[in-house]
Amino acid sequence: MANLRDHMGRPIVAVTGIGVVTSLGVGKKDNWEALTSGKSGIHPITRFPVDQLNTRISGMVDFLPSSSKGASHLTYELAETAAQEAVSEAGLDSGDFGGPLFLASPPVELDWADRFSLYNSDKQDSGSERLLRVARALKELDVFETTQFGSIADRLADRFGTRGLPITLSTACASGATAIQLGVEAIRRGECDKALSIGADGSATAEALIRFSLLSALSTHNDIPEKASKPFSKDRDGFVLAEGSGALVLESLEAALARGATILGIMRGCGEKADDFHRTRSKPDASPAIAAVRAVLADAGMSEDEIEYVNAHGTSTPENDKMEHLSLSTVFGERIASMPVSSNKSMIGHTLSAAGAVEAAFSLMTMRESVIPPTINYDNPDPAIVLDVVPNKKRNAEVGTVLSNSFGFGGQNTCLVMAREPV
Amino acid sequence: MSSPHDVVITGIGLVSSLGEGPDAHWQKLTQPGLEPVLEATRFAPYTIHPLPEIDWNLQIAKRGDQRQMETWQRLGTYAAGLALDDAGIKGNDELSTTMDMVVAAGGGERDEAVDAAILAASESRNDRDVLLNEKLTTELRPTLFLAQLSNLLAGNISIVHKVTGSSRTFMGEEGAGVSAVETAAARIRSGQSTHVLVGGAFQTEHSDMLLGYELAGYLHRGPWKPVWQRQGSEGGGVVTGSGGAFLVLEQREHAKNRGRKIYAELGPVVSSRARRRRGELNSEIAALLKQAALPDGDLLTISAASGAHAATAAEKAVLDANPALAVRAFSTLTGHMKEAQFPFAVALAAMAVDRKAGYPVFDATVERPFEGTPTSVLATAIGYHQFEGLGLVKAA
Repeated sequence: MANLRDHMGRPIVAVTGIGVVTSLGVGKKDNWEALTSGKSGIHPITRFPVDQLNTRISGMVDFLPSSSKGASHLTYELAETAAQEAVSEAGLDSGDFGGPLFLASPPVELDWADRFSLYNSDKQDSGSERLLRVARALKELDVFETTQFGSIADRLADRFGTRGLPITLSTACASGATAIQLGVEAIRRGECDKALSIGADGSATAEALIRFSLLSALSTHNDIPEKASKPFSKDRDGFVLAEGSGALVLESLEAALARGATILGIMRGCGEKADDFHRTRSKPDASPAIAAVRAVLADAGMSEDEIEYVNAHGTSTPENDKMEHLSLSTVFGERIASMPVSSNKSMIGHTLSAAGAVEAAFSLMTMRESVIPPTINYDNPDPAIVLDVVPNKKRNAEVGTVLSNSFGFGGQNTCLVMAREPV
Repeated sequence: MSSPHDVVITGIGLVSSLGEGPDAHWQKLTQPGLEPVLEATRFAPYTIHPLPEIDWNLQIAKRGDQRQMETWQRLGTYAAGLALDDAGIKGNDELSTTMDMVVAAGGGERDEAVDAAILAASESRNDRDVLLNEKLTTELRPTLFLAQLSNLLAGNISIVHKVTGSSRTFMGEEGAGVSAVETAAARIRSGQSTHVLVGGAFQTEHSDMLLGYELAGYLHRGPWKPVWQRQGSEGGGVVTGSGGAFLVLEQREHAKNRGRKIYAELGPVVSSRARRRRGELNSEIAALLKQAALPDGDLLTISAASGAHAATAAEKAVLDANPALAVRAFSTLTGHMKEAQFPFAVALAAMAVDRKAGYPVFDATVERPFEGTPTSVLATAIGYHQFEGLGLVKAA
């Protein structure tokens, strides 16, 4: 009989449902097949013209009905699709979930398509005056809803019958991990016995791409798109903007066992630490990332030796990968050179607000399937980063525990530790 | 009965058109018949409550930091600094680096001139997507993106005030403010946090911030009126204001051990998502009042009512049905500050408890006097469009 309480006397949190969508496809099956065969989802941008753009590739999700309908609609569909897969797998009522919802999603803005359409529906005066006048005559709420930060979660709450006021959050590129952390914490505090945590991001618009480009954050290796994302390589030159979603059904182990649910994994711990150094750069000594890794180990009640695999943040930017290596080598010491550390982003790109949730889903599957997905495009190792990145080909391996890292703009550092089995 | 894990309020940072800080707000808000500060021409036909004069240097020492932000982030960082100062945490490394933070945020300001130029050019071009690429790649300031990102208000608070225990940003209008306070309080009660910075800010003096309401026709037009008297007037009833509210919430024992002044205890905080299209809002607000375990007798109630016709009518109907509640809708005097509404309401409630006095009526035709000493004060935030919550603040 497994323990139902952890080392701090809190309810142990199990995962009973997993859902995922990335540029590799819809659902766990397609994603896992592609991911373990080292296939890239990065492709040329076709959603909008790429004239004038330095980066013309992405990992956009172009195959959903909402793919061309704007960031808000696509983010909703991504979230709904992943959540439906997770809730079904958990064997719960997908219209009456009965626990709280935590949604990591991108900040919303009025889409340019709507801005153009509103503006050009009239001829009087100009600029914001015209927009405001046209806006107040609208008879439908459709456009309004896309500009409200709580609307996607509100729709999801209706769709899945989640309980209470849904929380929509952003911790930039750590958002997906934070959504999971909030669910774990709510269960540990005894506020609920299950929670639905989703990370979803369908915001790869032209403006988003240009904004990241202006910050020199994106890869410009346009010629062979599937080769552009190359975490930990010497010639890495930025991340690849991408879309996707990941959803987890979290349940207290006690409640999950009581209803006979299949336990897909255990959320052992969550840790975080904010960085006060710079808006986009990390403290050079990586101390906040180090503190976040140490915090997650402490929360999980585990020593460094007990982590068997790291699902890296691994964005393929010069800065992140260097800092991530520094933090891992500081915490794990010499052992890091022989510990598998791979980056899913080499194949799916950076799914931003969804990344932490997508990669938690893949971390759990890594343990269940005893296969570590590779870091592809590892042809030119960075000599300053000595890691076993599981280069280019999947590896069969028993993995009992995973550390998943998420780091973001604004000094956000969040780490999760997951385990295959209850203790 | 007080307990060591109670949540208490030890710091308040406020900015609104009325001024800055709890003292200035108390002085203004306890003046009977106070006139609101209004700006009726800049955004006509909309009236707004503008920011007061602020010397940003007082809370954001480095000019370089100020330049990295637009007004919304500066305002939030400034209000957060006021709260940290008030709680004796600012400049204390030990307390700052172990402090958790939950910020309720929308987005920052877009570049209005670039947007207007693109829209103007779109009238004579059919290749609008190409137009966008041309203009955005050449005219956007690279760092403006960071000033727009929701979680970068928290990011700037970390940089400027060194709050680095943890940093989370909740989004979703008033509901984000409710969830932020609710989550922070739950963390303290469960022993996960000893002290948490929580709050939000809203900068309304930007056309996109008005557009966010007006796409559903929510803004009041024509002459200004108090919140409760906008039903049937032109427009949708909301008059916005620029402002911010941050609170330092702390475990009672932690506050006592460091000898800090306690404004008030934060009791139950409850929230919900009424399915308003099904007409559930009134019953949901009534259910929240039940859950909050209100004390017997007259209860001062600080309402964050927005003026939005449907939501405000529903709130009024439910509050009116409970004759013990003496309601004060502060947005009559400050305007609606979106994500900051609930933290602002909790702050005003805590000040009344601390000073053992109520506020005079903000609208003599609708609100009734409150006599006596408020030992508990209710704070409500019923979202103009969705989500609702309330909290009970008690004498320390």
